[in-house]
Amino acid sequence: MRRTFSPWADPNAKPLIRFENVTKRFGDAVAVDRLTLDIFEGEFFCLLGPSGCGKTTLMRMLAGFEYPTEGRITLAGQDLAGVPPYRRPVNMMFQSYALFPHMSVEKNIAFGLKQDGLPKPEIAARVEEMLRLVQLEKLAKRYPSQLSGGQRQRVALARALAKKPKVLLLDEPLGALDKKLREETQFELMDIQHDLHMTFVVVTHDQEEAMTMADRIAVMDHGRIVQVATPGEIYEQPKTRFIAEFVGDVNILEGHVMGQENGLWRVKTASAEMPLSIDDPDEVLHSGQAVAIAVRPEKMVVQREKPAPEAVNVLTGEVWDIGYLGDWTVYRIRLATGEILRVSCANVSRFVENPIDWDEQVYVTFAPGAAVILAE
Amino acid sequence: MKERTFTKRLSAALVPAVPYLWLGVFFLVPFLIVLKISLSDTAIAQPPYKPVFEWSDIAAFFSALDLENFELLVEDDLYFRATLSSVRIAALSTVLLLLVGFPIAYGMARAPERHRSLLVALVILPFWTSFLIRIYAWIAILKPEGLLTQGLMSLGAISEPIEILNTEWAVYIGIVYAYLPFMVLPLYATLEKMDDTLLEAALDLGSTPWRSFWTITVPLAMPGIIAGSLLCFIPAVGEFVIPDLLGGSETLMIGRQLWSEFFSNRDWPLASAVAILLLIVLVAPIVIYRDVEARRVETRP
Repeated sequence: MRRTFSPWADPNAKPLIRFENVTKRFGDAVAVDRLTLDIFEGEFFCLLGPSGCGKTTLMRMLAGFEYPTEGRITLAGQDLAGVPPYRRPVNMMFQSYALFPHMSVEKNIAFGLKQDGLPKPEIAARVEEMLRLVQLEKLAKRYPSQLSGGQRQRVALARALAKKPKVLLLDEPLGALDKKLREETQFELMDIQHDLHMTFVVVTHDQEEAMTMADRIAVMDHGRIVQVATPGEIYEQPKTRFIAEFVGDVNILEGHVMGQENGLWRVKTASAEMPLSIDDPDEVLHSGQAVAIAVRPEKMVVQREKPAPEAVNVLTGEVWDIGYLGDWTVYRIRLATGEILRVSCANVSRFVENPIDWDEQVYVTFAPGAAVILAE
Repeated sequence: MKERTFTKRLSAALVPAVPYLWLGVFFLVPFLIVLKISLSDTAIAQPPYKPVFEWSDIAAFFSALDLENFELLVEDDLYFRATLSSVRIAALSTVLLLLVGFPIAYGMARAPERHRSLLVALVILPFWTSFLIRIYAWIAILKPEGLLTQGLMSLGAISEPIEILNTEWAVYIGIVYAYLPFMVLPLYATLEKMDDTLLEAALDLGSTPWRSFWTITVPLAMPGIIAGSLLCFIPAVGEFVIPDLLGGSETLMIGRQLWSEFFSNRDWPLASAVAILLLIVLVAPIVIYRDVEARRVETRP
């Protein structure tokens, strides 16, 4: 059901939210730079980027706390210019939660409903429904100061969901939670979004969070969107070196294109004796062009035995560091050039006879299809 | 070793005792003296009341005390009217102070951070001039041919001099002017701590700026509103200088009554009784406030 959800691939689909050439300047500083973006109804959309990349400004413009300097934002076809935050069918869950300290949990949740002038029984019913949704029925009468961090996060979520907005904005929703709770909550958020058929726009700097939850991710840098794609595409086909390095771990090998052979690009690098063969047919390159080859750590293999002479993409080095993570073991391999490669290996067996040890000479290989060529 | 723990324990016991000691010496003892004088009778003597306390005849001393002065306070409705008028003037002044002080404090709390300490200094600045001189200066402003009338007449807002000096309005102006820092500073302290994202959250949930002000800002500023109001209301009830200089003879206030009993009539016992009455009037709002506060803390630790 979810797997086939891809309205962005349908040329006839009308986006729910549309940023058209939006620029936002604060004095001389450009926070958002001529940005164009479509978000579709029912999407779980993540804005991902390092701090200061403009993702929060983008969200605040959607909520109505900031107005674009240039360009326009439309929501369901309606231009949002001049519409104040309290008239937008959009609700936000704040990073700090912004719970009203002088109101109990149920009053906090009821706040938005009261503004709409709903009849009292209806408000009470909706508050109850929200409390059940976030499993806080027993804490309705408590005040925010009497709640734990995780409970506050749930109240903030319930309050933002109570008005059933067209779009829910979540600003670093899990930022203040500890790791275990964060992981649980990620899946809960996905379930809630799916059950309510709501459009979620999440701002985060945590790539793991974005990968887990999002239908699509927009990676931002310096006020611009570098790539908008599904988590799989972002990870496996990053458009730029910035994305490859920002999302997940990656090994970068710099070199020059020598030409194409049997559909594979031949790239000469300082790191390997022989030119590397890379299977990335969509790239348009020319001979002599400087490129970066990106290979994810889990797509490399580390071995003690010398590979067969016909093997491609062989690098040699010595074991510099070994990190045992339980499910994975991470090797840091130092090449003759001084570069450090990161190779991760799933621990599929409980016992390994004669495991690779520190300072050993090893060979690192990867398949032509495991790497991506990034034009410099 | 043992000595050290002894001095430690001694200092641990002494430090909390300091405020009690201070209150005992400078509040409780004087209060008991005033209470005693209020129960005495006037006398043409030095001091001008009797009985004077003597260890030799304690029984006679106590039997000479009575409640005559308080009976007089009840019988003559002048004191009742003066108290009522004082409370009314102080209450209205406090409301005016809130109306003037809240926007000032709000503006200060919203000002860029680097300007805030300067603004606080400016609010306190008038204290560098004598209180009495500043109140005298208002006479020059408010008198019929004063700056205010001249200014308004040159603007064409009025054609004839207006009577402000020696009316209750002059008292309100004087109190609001003199007490403003006591209202602004506690308000500023609470508003400055307020988290701006709370207002954003309220707007986001569909509340207009005006409604957000009443549902979020005002309730969260309540500790400052109460503290500022008490700091202004309490001294305003007993105010003597401002009504005396600006209010004219018509303005009836309990502080002035006390002054005239004490200095004009040299009736120390009656003046003391008025002082006790004033104290009772002022203790009431504090007790109510503490009670409300205690209940608030109880429901919301």
